[in-house]
Amino acid sequence: MSDTPHTAPRGRIDWADPALSERLRLRKRRQFWLKALGLGAVGVAALMLFVLIASLVVTGYQAFRQTHATIEVNIDPFQVDPANIRGGNFDDIIETAILAYFPDVEAPGEQREIVRILSDGAEFQLRDRVLDNPELIGERVSITVPLSDPYDLLNKGLIDRTTPEENRRLKDDQIARFDTLAEAGIISQPLNTALITNADSRFPELAGLKGALVGSFYALATCFLLAFPVGIGAAIYLEEFAPKNRLSDLIEININNLAAVPSVVFGLLALAVFIGWFGLPRSAPFVGGMTLALMTLPTIIIATRAALKAVPGSIREAALGVGASRQQVVFQHVLPLAMPGILTGTIIGLAQALGETAPLLLIGMNAFITSAPETPFDSATALPTQIFIWADSPERGFVSRTSAAILVLLTFLVTMNALAIFLRSRFERRW
Amino acid sequence: MSKMRTTASVFALAALSTGAAHAQVRDHISIVGSSTVFPYTQAVAERFANVTGAPSPVVESTGTGGGMQIFCQGIGEGHPDITGASRGMKASEFELCAENGVEDITQVQIGSDGLSIAISRENDFDWDLSLREIYLALGAQVPVEGEWVDNPHTTWNEINPDLPETEILVLGPPPTSGTRDAFVELAMHAGCEELDFVQDGGFDGDWVEQNCSRMRTDGPFVEAGENDNLIVQRLNSDETAMGIFGYSFLFENSDVLKPVTINGVAPDEDTIASGDYPVSRPLFFYIKNGHRGAIPGLNEFIAEYVSEDSFGPGGYLSERGLVPLPQARREEMRERALNGVSMSAPE
Repeated sequence: MSDTPHTAPRGRIDWADPALSERLRLRKRRQFWLKALGLGAVGVAALMLFVLIASLVVTGYQAFRQTHATIEVNIDPFQVDPANIRGGNFDDIIETAILAYFPDVEAPGEQREIVRILSDGAEFQLRDRVLDNPELIGERVSITVPLSDPYDLLNKGLIDRTTPEENRRLKDDQIARFDTLAEAGIISQPLNTALITNADSRFPELAGLKGALVGSFYALATCFLLAFPVGIGAAIYLEEFAPKNRLSDLIEININNLAAVPSVVFGLLALAVFIGWFGLPRSAPFVGGMTLALMTLPTIIIATRAALKAVPGSIREAALGVGASRQQVVFQHVLPLAMPGILTGTIIGLAQALGETAPLLLIGMNAFITSAPETPFDSATALPTQIFIWADSPERGFVSRTSAAILVLLTFLVTMNALAIFLRSRFERRW
Repeated sequence: MSKMRTTASVFALAALSTGAAHAQVRDHISIVGSSTVFPYTQAVAERFANVTGAPSPVVESTGTGGGMQIFCQGIGEGHPDITGASRGMKASEFELCAENGVEDITQVQIGSDGLSIAISRENDFDWDLSLREIYLALGAQVPVEGEWVDNPHTTWNEINPDLPETEILVLGPPPTSGTRDAFVELAMHAGCEELDFVQDGGFDGDWVEQNCSRMRTDGPFVEAGENDNLIVQRLNSDETAMGIFGYSFLFENSDVLKPVTINGVAPDEDTIASGDYPVSRPLFFYIKNGHRGAIPGLNEFIAEYVSEDSFGPGGYLSERGLVPLPQARREEMRERALNGVSMSAPE
C-alpha cells in the first residue's frame, strides 16, 4: 500500500489534518449562509406584509368611526302629510332643527352653509324613520345623523386647523360653526355601521359596502354551485375512469394550462359569450359568478385530482374485492376520504375568486348603484370592484374608506383560508 | 358518474336559461359613459333614487369611447338608455348607432369641466405657463432652430429662462381617457398653433392634428393611469412633479395642491364658465329616445338631471365641480332634454 499524503487509509481519519478542518469550516460556513439567507427571505416577506397591513390600518382605521350629530326635530303634521309621507318636507324639518343652534344667523347664504354641516342623507334618514313608524308625525324626536365629509374629517383631525385659511378645505367661519355645535354637546363619533349596512353612495359619510358584500356573496355562491359539481365530476372521471391515452393526456395538460390563463381573458370571454350571445344582463352577480367559475374550475379540478390520488389504492381494491361497483367505490369510499382535500382546494379557489377584479370590470360589475341587489340578477358590485371605484373617487373621505374596504376584503380572505386550514387539519386522514 | 355529469350540465343549462329569461325585464335605468361625467351622473342617480324611491339607476364608468360603443349596440332592454361624454359624439359613432337602429338620439350639454395642471403647495415657485410652453414641454416633437425634431427639453428653464431649473415631470391620463383627448385638443393643439415655427411655416389645422397630437414618451410625461387619486398622492410626495386632471380633483385637494395658472388665469368656476381659462371642455349626455316610456322612470330621471337644483348655479352638481351653463343655454338644454329633440348627424 503506497502511502500518499492526501489519501488517509480507509476507516481511519486524520482529525488533525488541516485540509480536513478547512473543508469542515467551509461546509459549516455554507450552511450558516444558507440559513441566514432563508431567514432573511422570511424576514423580508414578513416586513412587507407588516408594511402593507400597517399602512392600511393607519389610513383605514378612521373610516370605522363616523362623526354624527344628534338633533331634536319636530315632525310637524303640516309639513308631513300622513297620507303621503314620501312627499313630506323633511329637508325643512332638518333645517329648522339645526338652525335652532344658531339663533342669530339670518342671511340665507350662511343658513345654507350651516345646513351643509349635516350630511345630505339626513333628510332621507328622517323620512325612512317616519315611513317605518308613521306615528312619529306630530311628535318631537331626537335623531342622530351623520355629518358631511369635510366636517367629519375636521372632527377626526384630518383637516389641520393650523394650515393657513386659504389652503384649508374648511374656512375659519365654517370651523367656528362646527365648534358651536361641538360645544352644544351634540357631536358624537360612534362606530360607522353605515360602512356595512349601507350600499354605495357618492357621499363618503353615507357610502357602505352592503351592495358589494351581497354582490360578492351572490357571485361566489353562483361560482361555487357551478364550479364545485362540474370540477369534481371532471376530476373523478379523469382520475378514476379515463383511459390513459393521448387524448386524456392532452386534456390534462390543457387543464393545467387553463389554471395559468390571466383572469382578464375569462372576462373577455364572458363579455362575448354570456352577455353578447346569451343576452344575460350586464353588471349582474350571476354573470360574475359564471365568469369566476370558469376561472376557479381548473383550480378545483387539480385540487380534487390530487386529493383523489392521495387515497391509497388498497382502499379501492378492498372495496372492489368485496363486490362494490366502480360507482360505489367512488361515492362510498374514495370521495368521502378525499373530501377534506377537495374542500380545501375549493375554498382556496373561491378565496382567489373573491379577490378577482379584472373579469368583473369587463362585465360591468364596477357600476355605481345606491341599493344592494335583491336577486343574483340585479346589478351589483363586488368587494374588489367597490374598492376600485372608491379608490378613484375625488372626495377625501374615500381615501380612508378605500383602506377600510381593503381591510374588510382581507378579513374575508383570511377567514376563508383559515377555514380551509381548519378543515384540512380536522378531517384529513393519513395513511 | 354519468348521473352526476348529467345533473351538472342540466344545472348549468337551467341557470343559463333563467338568466336569459330574467334579462327580458329591466326596471332600472342603465347608464354608461365618460369617467368625467360619471360623478355628476352618480349624484343625479342617487338623488333620483332617494327622492322617488324608484330602483337605483345603474351607472357605469366606461370612458367616452367605450360608452358610445355600448350605447350604439342597439335598441332594447339589454342596451343602456343614456351615455355620458366628455366630447361631442363623433360622426363614426353616430353612424354606428344608426346602423344598429339607434336613430333618435338627444344630445344634452350639462356644463363644462376645466382640466387643471396642479403642483404641490410645497413648491415655492409661482407657476404660470402659456399653452406654447406646455406644448414645448410635453409634445413628442418640437421645433429646435427651425427643425422639427424629437423633444430635447429636460428642464423647464430650457423652454423659458424665467422658469426654474427643475426637471420636467408631468403625470397625466393615458390615451384611453377622455381627459387625455381633451387635453391634447385644448392644450397641445392650441399650444402647437402658437409656435412661431407653425405660424411662419403656414401649416394648417390638419398638419397640427397630425404632428402635434403625440405626447412625448421619453420620460418627462408619465402616463399615470385612470386613477387621479394616485396622481394626487404622487404630487404630494414629489414637489417638483405636476399632474393633469379634472378640476374637481384640484378643488377637493386644494389644501395640498395649487393650480398652475395658464396664461395668468387660474381655474375656478368663473374663469372656466367664461372660457377665460383656456383648458375647459363641454360635458354631454346622450339619450336614446326610443327607450322613453319603455324604461320606467327614464323621463323623471332626465327631468332631475336638467333641473335647476342639479345643473344650475349652486346646484348639487356644481358642488362636485361642474361649471354650469349660462341661463339661456340651460333653458335650451332643458327644453331639448324634456321634449326629446333629435340631434342631427355630427360633422
